[in-house]
Amino acid sequence: MSMPLVFEVSEIRNDSPNLKTYVFKHNLRARPGQFVMVWMPGVDEVPMSVGWQTDTEFHLGIADAGDCTHAIHTQIKVGDRLGIRGPYGTSFNYENYDHIIGVGGGYGTPPILSLAQFAAKAGKKVTVMQGARNKEYLLYEDLFKKVGAMELNCATDDGSHGFRGFCTDLLEDTLKNLKKDEKTCVYTCGPEPMMVKVAQLCEEYDIDCQVSLERYMKCGFGVCGQCCMDDSGIRLCKDGPVISGKLALTHPEFGKYHRNQAGVVI
Amino acid sequence: MNLSVNFCGINFPNPTVVASGYLGVTGASLANCIKHGAGGVTGKTIFMDERPGHPNPTVLTFPGGVINAVGLCGEGIVKARHEFEKYRDLTPDNPIIGSIGGKNLDELVQVAQIMDSYPVDMLELNFSCPNVDDEMGRPIACDPQMTAKATKAIRKAVKKPISVKLSPNVPNIGLIAQQAEAAGADAITAVNTMGPGMLIDIKMRRPILANKVGGVSGYALKPIAVRCVYDIYKAVKIPIIGTGGIIKGADAIEMLMAGATLLGIGSAIVSYDLACFDMITEKIGEFMKEEGFSDISELVGLAHQN
Repeated sequence: MSMPLVFEVSEIRNDSPNLKTYVFKHNLRARPGQFVMVWMPGVDEVPMSVGWQTDTEFHLGIADAGDCTHAIHTQIKVGDRLGIRGPYGTSFNYENYDHIIGVGGGYGTPPILSLAQFAAKAGKKVTVMQGARNKEYLLYEDLFKKVGAMELNCATDDGSHGFRGFCTDLLEDTLKNLKKDEKTCVYTCGPEPMMVKVAQLCEEYDIDCQVSLERYMKCGFGVCGQCCMDDSGIRLCKDGPVISGKLALTHPEFGKYHRNQAGVVI
Repeated sequence: MNLSVNFCGINFPNPTVVASGYLGVTGASLANCIKHGAGGVTGKTIFMDERPGHPNPTVLTFPGGVINAVGLCGEGIVKARHEFEKYRDLTPDNPIIGSIGGKNLDELVQVAQIMDSYPVDMLELNFSCPNVDDEMGRPIACDPQMTAKATKAIRKAVKKPISVKLSPNVPNIGLIAQQAEAAGADAITAVNTMGPGMLIDIKMRRPILANKVGGVSGYALKPIAVRCVYDIYKAVKIPIIGTGGIIKGADAIEMLMAGATLLGIGSAIVSYDLACFDMITEKIGEFMKEEGFSDISELVGLAHQN
């Protein structure tokens, strides 16, 4: 069944100039990388990756990036209600690896935070690289600290915090110096050109890779066909959003184009 | 044992056909359904112009089935060409039915002519979407005269076989099917969604679908769809694509016995994902073996003998 559950927003965090994190008091039990459909009544319903989770709450990091998310940013206050369907889709597999390397770009960071949380709890070695345009846009320093034993490296375009440059540069350095006896996988979510680069680097260094992709979605459970990728036809809401980097690279549209609400290639 | 179907001269390796509106936004997506066992596919209904459709929520499931008001979104017939070509490239052998719509008769004829020139095997005329009444008025398939007029105009304009998709929301579906047959339809697709219906979220205190109302399908529709196909089979000689609430193999067999030759599959995907095509085909095969049938055509309309 795919009916929305309605929750009150219990807290709103202003995490960057255009990203707010909405906190809901509910044990969502999403696996890291899964998403929910967020219903803003009278406006629209959009897919959103699940961020931080505990037994009593879950977070959605929502960037002001379109009509629906703008309406949420401007109209939803603490105590207001939003509809949540899900969690849906595939998740990051971390169980089979020793070293978990998360690469989050901009708004792609929330699922990487979720991954770090799960993987650290499972006793894995966790390294996260986060990239943003400047210091103001870096997310969740406090929550990454709460994850516990893990390494967080930041890259900013202007060098205002951490490494000046792209987090893919940080990734390449790390891949060059990996310990051979650790089974490693790289996980990424962020702007698609960045994810293409991450997947290509992993191919080059022969390291497993999982990417989290997004397309315009309607149903969220694999029947409407709105989020299918050329040429395999896989559905990112059901066969994704997390797929292997190797599989992603076989798609001519990966990093190149997507479709709008009407299905037009843009 | 033969499970393949010759429908209007087109060969379907098995009787399952993806129903219009399901997984039909892209050619690659439809080709993926074939990879998972569908016999053929139907594209999303396409109009002349690009249509964004309704905002979300557009598709929901409830304990009795599915409700949707996607609002006939689509890229427009001219831009959509590459999706049909992609499907053909990826899937040279399995048939594809091109579904068309129009805000008026002129548009329908124009879209039909363009679709006729695309690499599709057959056209389906969507005269029966219940989700755009505000914009387009009552569906054509709710009126016998309009059905006849529109079918006739399109029949004259195109060369490929045409199937008229009917609405269950009428008191006389057999009569409407007769009008379509007399006007030159090669087949009937029965049925579109029923209703419209509505789901209200009690905590939000409002309808959930952005369009408020939407067409109802899935199990809630099945007995109605079976009765519609039964009535149509009695009324006409042309073959029927039976669709509406086929979830399991037994539902498919029921639909065949009511009079369907092909089976439109949609809500089964909600329940069993893409495995539903193989499940349904295998179940029909098992049933035929158990009951001593050798060709699937022997099941078509069997319920009319008793």
